[in-house]
Amino acid sequence: MAQATGTLPSSDRTASGKVLIDRHSRAVRILHWVNFITLTIMLMSGLQIFNAHPALYWGKTSDFARPALSIGAMEDDKGHSWGVTTIGSHSFVTTGVLGWSKDSDGTYQVRAFPKWATLPGETWLAMGRAWHFFFAWIFVLNGALYVLLGILSGHLKRDLWPTRIDWKRLGHTFIEHARLRFPKGDEARRYNGIQKLAYLSVIFIVGPLIVLTGLTMSPTIDAGWPWLLAIFGGRQSARTIHFICAFALLAFFIVHIIMVILSGAWNNLRSMISGRYAIETAPSGAGTKHE
Amino acid sequence: MSDIISVRRRRLILGLGAGAGTLLLGGCDSLSERPATQSVLGSAQWFTRAAQRAVVGRDTPAAEYTRADIAPVFRANGTLNPSNPKYQALAKDGFKDWRLRVDGLVANPQEFSLADLRAMTARTQITRHDCVEGWSCIGQWTGPTLRDVLARVVPKPQARYVMFFCADSIDDDMYYESIDMRTAAHPQTLLAHALNDEPLAIKYGAPLRLRLGRQLGYKMAKYVMHIQLVSSYRPFGDGSGGYWEDQGYQWYAGI
Repeated sequence: MAQATGTLPSSDRTASGKVLIDRHSRAVRILHWVNFITLTIMLMSGLQIFNAHPALYWGKTSDFARPALSIGAMEDDKGHSWGVTTIGSHSFVTTGVLGWSKDSDGTYQVRAFPKWATLPGETWLAMGRAWHFFFAWIFVLNGALYVLLGILSGHLKRDLWPTRIDWKRLGHTFIEHARLRFPKGDEARRYNGIQKLAYLSVIFIVGPLIVLTGLTMSPTIDAGWPWLLAIFGGRQSARTIHFICAFALLAFFIVHIIMVILSGAWNNLRSMISGRYAIETAPSGAGTKHE
Repeated sequence: MSDIISVRRRRLILGLGAGAGTLLLGGCDSLSERPATQSVLGSAQWFTRAAQRAVVGRDTPAAEYTRADIAPVFRANGTLNPSNPKYQALAKDGFKDWRLRVDGLVANPQEFSLADLRAMTARTQITRHDCVEGWSCIGQWTGPTLRDVLARVVPKPQARYVMFFCADSIDDDMYYESIDMRTAAHPQTLLAHALNDEPLAIKYGAPLRLRLGRQLGYKMAKYVMHIQLVSSYRPFGDGSGGYWEDQGYQWYAGI
């Protein structure tokens, strides 16, 4: 595939008939990368914290005999150890990754999430908490700044709020996405309905939910805002929802990366670094932003 | 020309990206070992405390539950039976000779026997215990409020922290804890001598343990032997205010 070339500001048009547009504002680009680093640290330190008590429950407290999910190890009668993950009443062998995995010196040990997935890598709850509760502030401030700037600049309304046409075309867009046919030309200048809904649900549903369920785990916040316990059905339910939200964000991230790669890794990456995004366009080039 | 610039720039950006990734995954472990990192990351607890103080009133109580919510078996963790011979001797006699010394920056230092504390007006509360590991358990705690006990010894104005010295040790370090005067005065801060209408069992911290409504379990010292009012917790242990704090846990355990 031919790459767009003319990155010099003097010329927007390239020989191959592509046009570079300014896709992401500087603020969005900075907030995006801060968010990426923050979420990586939050997820990995969160898994470190989870490892301290690798079970989830539903309700106010922990019914230790009946966890909703648990990750551990068991030994068979031949002295062989297995990693076992149990969801409800279903158990799965997850040796090597969940429950029973290799330590840095190559020996196996009992730990829910493996060394490569946690921060710090070693079992170290105090430091996991230190990373988590420092970057929680950055996550919240960064997210709040994004929403505030998004409202003030009109970015949210202009670029992310679905139009009536987006809703109408949702089925069609979904099929096009599934076939990995990505929009070209003027259509590539804007997000489609599925993209808009995906971004909006992360920004306005999963993001706030993970913050609120995190706060519900704080005994001090529970005293001040008891309605949080009422909404989520108790501290242990909140902890479970927090965990589900974390994996929803991870799933979003994986799909996001796949889509970035399939629709032009370099072009997308550049648009989030320098802001410039190449689109194939008709010769007229109408509507191109010139600097 | 522009092709070359573009390719160079692309390599630079991809290189930076890969470098950042390696740094992030591999570097965070060595970063975690550094005292500077620990101190910077740890400082977030003071923002958290300020924010929580801004939204939660000084005496706002934690939720209290009903008898139906009490866990059939309350989970015990930490030290389950202090090996300290002095403690063992006291336990053998049902803590008849045990005395709680309350001194430091007070006008009227005193010793309390278990009978003295049991004779005081008790508060009974069914509250949730949240362990730093992530689990929760509900139990009913009974004992005088720390506020009432401190009123008898009359704290001096310079007193800023209440230190709790305990009979148990972990890896040869004696367990201790500290809370501020604000937490000490909270109506749910108890010196509990009973759990679920039974005298405190040894695994739960007999004869007396601290109960806080709004912080994590590790703040709630078990096997309390001596309470001292101080102006700073720095001179004690490794200087971070408690056994677990000295191991890197936050002093402010409100989250």
